[in-house]
Amino acid sequence: MSTFLFELKEGLLISLRAIRANKVRAILTTIGIVIGITSVVLMSTAIKGIDNAFQTGVSSLGSDNLYIDKWEWFNNDIPFWELRNRKNLELSDYEKYKELAKLPLAVAPTVWTNQTVKYKERTVESILIQGTNQDYIGTTNLTFDEGRFFNELESNGGRQICVIGFEIAKNLFPRGNAINQDIKIRGQKFKVIGVLSEQGSWVMGNFNPDRQVFMPIGNVFKYFQSQSFRSITINVKAQNSLIVEDTKEEAIGIMRRIRGLKYNEKNDFSINQQEGLLTTINQTVGVIQIAGLFITSLSLFVGAVGIMNIMFVSVKERTKEIGIRKAIGAKRRSILGQFITESAIICLLGGLVGLILAVLLSMVVNQFLPTTVQADTVIMAIVISLLTGVISGFAPAYTASKLDPVEALRYE
Amino acid sequence: MNIIYIEHIAKIYQVGSEEVHALADVSLNIDKGEYVAIMGPSGSGKSTLMNVLGCLDTPTKGIYNFKNVNVSQMNDNELATIRNKEIGFVFQTFNLLPRSDALHNVELPLIYAGIPSSERKERARLALDHVGLSDRTHHKPNELSGGQRQRVAIARALVTNPSIILADEPTGNLDTKTGEDIMALFNEISDQGNTIILVTHEEYIAEHAARIIRLRDGLIEKDENVTKRFIPKKNGTSKL
Repeated sequence: MSTFLFELKEGLLISLRAIRANKVRAILTTIGIVIGITSVVLMSTAIKGIDNAFQTGVSSLGSDNLYIDKWEWFNNDIPFWELRNRKNLELSDYEKYKELAKLPLAVAPTVWTNQTVKYKERTVESILIQGTNQDYIGTTNLTFDEGRFFNELESNGGRQICVIGFEIAKNLFPRGNAINQDIKIRGQKFKVIGVLSEQGSWVMGNFNPDRQVFMPIGNVFKYFQSQSFRSITINVKAQNSLIVEDTKEEAIGIMRRIRGLKYNEKNDFSINQQEGLLTTINQTVGVIQIAGLFITSLSLFVGAVGIMNIMFVSVKERTKEIGIRKAIGAKRRSILGQFITESAIICLLGGLVGLILAVLLSMVVNQFLPTTVQADTVIMAIVISLLTGVISGFAPAYTASKLDPVEALRYE
Repeated sequence: MNIIYIEHIAKIYQVGSEEVHALADVSLNIDKGEYVAIMGPSGSGKSTLMNVLGCLDTPTKGIYNFKNVNVSQMNDNELATIRNKEIGFVFQTFNLLPRSDALHNVELPLIYAGIPSSERKERARLALDHVGLSDRTHHKPNELSGGQRQRVAIARALVTNPSIILADEPTGNLDTKTGEDIMALFNEISDQGNTIILVTHEEYIAEHAARIIRLRDGLIEKDENVTKRFIPKKNGTSKL
């Protein structure tokens, strides 16, 4: 062990001398590794950022939420025609379910439509209008910047009121004061009674609550589409995540009863949950990850080949030196160690510079996609650059260690 | 006591389809404290003999015992250890590491012997002092004259206290005057009881030694003691 440490220390000193003697070459060689490490670190940081954005986005669906729907949201196993032929879910189904279900914390019907929302000369397009009732807020974790959600009376009475998402409020009312203003949707006026706080689920696109308008479900049927036209969704919130599965089983049972299905008939409805989306997202992020890291590791590979190339040149150039060292007693192991250490140091320095560059660049990326270089990425980068050095230095070092001292001494 | 015992050694190279007998059949003994010159024209096999004696190369046939240990079949690493501990090399072209100062060059064999840094520096300084270069420790080879470079190389050869010093044409790249100084230094080293093997093709250099072995065509032509040995005058550069 102590001989190993001794040789490591002496190897390091010898390598540092050699690198110092060839500064320009070392710097030029390092650039390949710098670029490689920078891109690998930046890519893995960006992928983490994307993944985080997805996870935050998905969390707006709620981990203990179930969505009873005609459609299967995330799973493509059931053929489209079968889904299409299912009976629509109607408000009456919701009422029966609500009456029979014991486990849920809250249940609310929802129906949606895409509309343009206006306030005076300001317009926001393709906004998801969610029609629902007073119980909806209980099925979500939504919080308010101002105002409140509509109550049972307002919901049943079909008052022309609404709650708007953070982004809509920002666009339509840049100076604030949205409460009690009338926004226009398809010529109908709706009074804003609440503004939601920001959810940041931008990856969800139109399903991001920041870009939604909520109003009593009756208004949607009355002004935008007939009840028979579109199936509703029943939002169910379980009491806690431990009994989500039980709640789901109960929901399946109740829905089968409501639909009057025989034991050998398949469900003609779907119970959707966050998990399904998570699976899809994890697959997508997985693909991005593999593709991204593959492409960036190509640049690292190019850098490694550069190091290997220059180490071969260096060995050739220093044949005489190797001969001298061998003549005065350097073993093969010492020569092998010397050149591997040299290439490892060059790569490590490159890796560190690359890391610093990546941290700086990630600050720029952070403006578009929330990202930070994390500790495990830093460790990964250091380990990878060291490994690159050892691997790409091995072949040249091995060549050097095998040189015949007589031949090497004669080399000019 | 025998340091070197060689019996019927041959070194055969394969050049194309032809076999070249660089050494055909050589037997010799060298005792501790001897000062031997190996002479011969080019192609006589003296370089090959030197490589074999210096454990840089192994013979194709025959036995080579170094201090009663058979080294003729040793592998690279074992030979490296022998070279490191037992043999000090002095070359015609000095063979110093160009980017390292005198001290580091002299230290080098001690690094491979696994000696810790402080002791290394101490011994390297002493060795440089021996050859009269204590004021040049931090000069790089290109800042030193030819004679000074060869002195650094001699210090490097001496620093491990080897059993033999093997000098291959040590004055070949030096002018006559400097060459004389170096030969004087070898004389002093020999007087200290060191064993020296000098390879040269010049008669007047060989005559510094006590015994001359003449090679021709890979065979020993003559092995004789020098009757009129040339003793150079001490010039005072060294502190031996």
